[in-house]
Amino acid sequence: MKYQPVIGLEVHIQLKTRTKMFTRAPAAYGFPPNTLADPVVLALPGALPVLNKTALDQVIRAGLMLGCEIAPECRWDRKNYFYPDSPKNYQLTQQAMPICLGGEVEIELPGPARNIQGEHKKIPIDHIHLEEDVGKLNHHATDSLVDFNRAGTPLMELVTKPALHSPDEAHAFLTSLRALMQQAAVSDCDMEKGQMRCDVNVSIRPTGTQTLGTKVEMKNLNSIAYVRDAIAHEIRRQTALLENGGKVTQETRDYDGTTGASQSLRGKEDAHDYRYFPDPDLLPVRVDAEWKQRIAASLPERPFDRQRRLQETYNIPYTLTSVLIWDKQVADYYDCCLRQAAADAPKLAQPLANWIVNDLLRALSEPTEISNLKSEIPSAPSDPSVPSVSNPSDLPLQTRITPENLVALVRLIADGQLTNASAKTVFAQMAATGDAPDALATRLNLKTAPADATELETWCRAAIDGNPKAAAEFRAGKDSAINALKGPVMKSARGKIPPAQVDQALRKLLAGS
Amino acid sequence: MPDTPLHAQTAAALSALLDAKKISATELARALLERTRAVEPRVRALNSLDETAVLQQAAASDARRAANAPLSPLDGIPVALKDIIAARDQPLTASSKILANYVSPYDATVTRKLRDAGAVLWGRCNMDEFAMGSSTENSATQTTLNPYDLARVSGGSSGGSAAAVAAGEAPLSLGSDTGGSIRQPAAFCNTVGLKPTYGLVSRHGLAAFASSLDQIGPFARTVADAALLLNTIAGHDGHDSTSLNRPHPDYPAALNDNLPPQKIGIPKEYFGEGLDPEVAAAVEAVAKFYETRGHALREISLPHTKFALSVYYILSTAECSSNLARYDGIRYTSRSPRATDAVDLYAKTRAEGFGPEVKRRVILGTYVLSSGFHDAYYLRAQKVRTLIRNDFINAFKDVDVILTPTSPTPAFKLGEKSANPLAMYLSDIYTIGVNLAGLPALSIPAGFTKSGLPIGAQLIGRPLQEAPLLQTAHAYDLAHHHGLTPPNL
Repeated sequence: MKYQPVIGLEVHIQLKTRTKMFTRAPAAYGFPPNTLADPVVLALPGALPVLNKTALDQVIRAGLMLGCEIAPECRWDRKNYFYPDSPKNYQLTQQAMPICLGGEVEIELPGPARNIQGEHKKIPIDHIHLEEDVGKLNHHATDSLVDFNRAGTPLMELVTKPALHSPDEAHAFLTSLRALMQQAAVSDCDMEKGQMRCDVNVSIRPTGTQTLGTKVEMKNLNSIAYVRDAIAHEIRRQTALLENGGKVTQETRDYDGTTGASQSLRGKEDAHDYRYFPDPDLLPVRVDAEWKQRIAASLPERPFDRQRRLQETYNIPYTLTSVLIWDKQVADYYDCCLRQAAADAPKLAQPLANWIVNDLLRALSEPTEISNLKSEIPSAPSDPSVPSVSNPSDLPLQTRITPENLVALVRLIADGQLTNASAKTVFAQMAATGDAPDALATRLNLKTAPADATELETWCRAAIDGNPKAAAEFRAGKDSAINALKGPVMKSARGKIPPAQVDQALRKLLAGS
Repeated sequence: MPDTPLHAQTAAALSALLDAKKISATELARALLERTRAVEPRVRALNSLDETAVLQQAAASDARRAANAPLSPLDGIPVALKDIIAARDQPLTASSKILANYVSPYDATVTRKLRDAGAVLWGRCNMDEFAMGSSTENSATQTTLNPYDLARVSGGSSGGSAAAVAAGEAPLSLGSDTGGSIRQPAAFCNTVGLKPTYGLVSRHGLAAFASSLDQIGPFARTVADAALLLNTIAGHDGHDSTSLNRPHPDYPAALNDNLPPQKIGIPKEYFGEGLDPEVAAAVEAVAKFYETRGHALREISLPHTKFALSVYYILSTAECSSNLARYDGIRYTSRSPRATDAVDLYAKTRAEGFGPEVKRRVILGTYVLSSGFHDAYYLRAQKVRTLIRNDFINAFKDVDVILTPTSPTPAFKLGEKSANPLAMYLSDIYTIGVNLAGLPALSIPAGFTKSGLPIGAQLIGRPLQEAPLLQTAHAYDLAHHHGLTPPNL
């Protein structure tokens, strides 16, 4: 029998705020244990929560980014359970009225090849609610130590409808969601730092039927690849069970990404009774239309919307847009270049995209460029009372090449003042110094100048004589064959003749003799 | 009153003596330390008293006065705190074994306000464990005895706060009131005890029993002194989301205003079965007093009164089961040495650390929130709470203030009700509705029984109308001053 997997995701995402959800203790990562704590974080007798409105702003941002309906009020419930990483032994969460309802995440499934766009789908969201993160247990040989640094960090939990049907869809969902949240500056979604965590619910049913099968929950999946692998593993496990006449039991399983095996954590009978009730320490906060509008007005373009715009407006190929859209700093940089190019944007859009994808991103990944810039990026402070406010997605792209200068460089090429080869040299200097390309090209003596007609003709003849095959092909109608002849001419000219002049001279000679 | 010993003087009188430099804060502190040493072994009002800190604060007050700095009326005046209100570097035990070794690293907002006003933080007052009880017999530390009859209870849960003031250990103290925990011991110990409007006084730093009901309030020997203390602790606090963001009037100044004729409501449901005849007579005498002063009496009805106790014991226990979950043995509390794993650690620490009444309420609260019972108990109780609140809203359409007994009986004998929780719960029957409705109410000394036991009368006001409420009470207090009749210690 064929089975259809039905998958639902529960994604926890830490919201980027300077301070914790209900107190002014800093929210940060990587500090010595229990230094980001105060009476509220530690739930000392008498400590009371006071809502950090930025956390509410952030989850509303997330909701609007995903097209959710925002609840008219933010209300809080207590979820009661005992666990050593939970300072109060209850968690403040939103059970009765989640702050965001509905919405969807657009995903792109893998295409038939890397350079071919895949199918798009919209995965519906059930709801998003706010809650506070718990602390962390560090287990040692003979004891376990609690670190409350993470406790009280604002956390949103996004729950999808059971509407995903393959490991690839789950992978695409998380990739897309992460980009959406990063680009809206809701979270950095660094899974290694636990800023994004995913639990999955998997069931299977005979293809063509509608009744949901028994679901199994998988926890502790700390990378997007593990989520995909865990789901694939679980679908295989459940299929094998059913095919051998067995039954799936409702349980929570732990998937080990390194061994690819899973084991049961607890069964249905161990499910908690959380004894939810409205938190009496916090009052409901009204979210009015003006508040929502203010946030909506500051939202960035969604990556796939940006991709469609670039494809439709400038005809940028998928191979370039699929690189440009995922990192907001890169995409914003590109859009900034297009604005600089103004009326020339239609003409310069593609070369600009090429320079960014092929040259700028490579330069950024080179160690020299990064180490040059390290000193300019604010470093994490050592004093835990002053939290780091590093919001990478809010910062512009960390390069010395301004969009203005990159456009100027591409213009110099388009105008024939720089050859492509010289432009690479100028680009390297721009990256190192931040200087304008025009001044650099002049200083490096790389600008083209119209060649002496006689001299040019000599070089062209030599090139044609040196490659009779290309000349013959061109004459036979293969226009692109001329390019093979340009190189030697440019070499003779040390790259300093306007390429258009070379082209013109070669064509004249090839046509004439 | 030059002949009155310092320990028997009101805060207002002491403040005047300090201002006139007839005494120093240090002299006052030493006199009260001496008084405390003399009576404390019999009364047992305090769980701890940091004499060094007391004398340091008194000396600091004297230095301020010597520098002729403008001082608050509480500067140099001792104020005792219930042992559930946080004071930096002082123990906070909530009279529980589970917090026996806990020292607070921070000040409650009321504590900070008292420090800012220059008050001398006095001892930590005994109470029923985690404020659950009506006699302080549920304290893991000791039972506080009634200064007016050492064979009887001081009331509770703020029994230590009431007894400390009654016994002359401090002129002022703070307690907390969740269902009557300020007013009932005030009535038992012949003191004035005020529960403010929910939200008037910050709860930040008050270890929570039932968050939607708890309020901190003052104890004093006169209404004027209570107004003085309330004036210092009231006001909006950014550390408490339920704190009301409204300016409050100057309460002591309001006492001097002319009190317009008040319509005083007498709820018939509060004068039924179980009310001691001497208490009833005393409250009727209070009503008579107001009538002769030109105020109007009205019989009113609060028809849902009979449900108040049930609603209270559902909602307060539900909240307490959650609020007390943090005392788990993992952190800052005593930890059972016999535990085998984490779950066992929780169970044993809590079984050994909490007393029977706290355990009873945690279990009850856990039950009423459980899946399957939540709607029948918790949700239903919330609805009835609204009905009880509406009773008061309707009543206050016709009257300005409501007069009732504070407790059905005067102070009962030690051990008399400790075997019967329901009988104990009934001693709060007249005070609980006020907490459910979030209203301000105070208990004033209304005289004594034939055998010399204090009787309290309760006045209930409209939300945030503490000023007229205090004025009304002050009129009676000025004419009688029962609170200045000292115990025979």
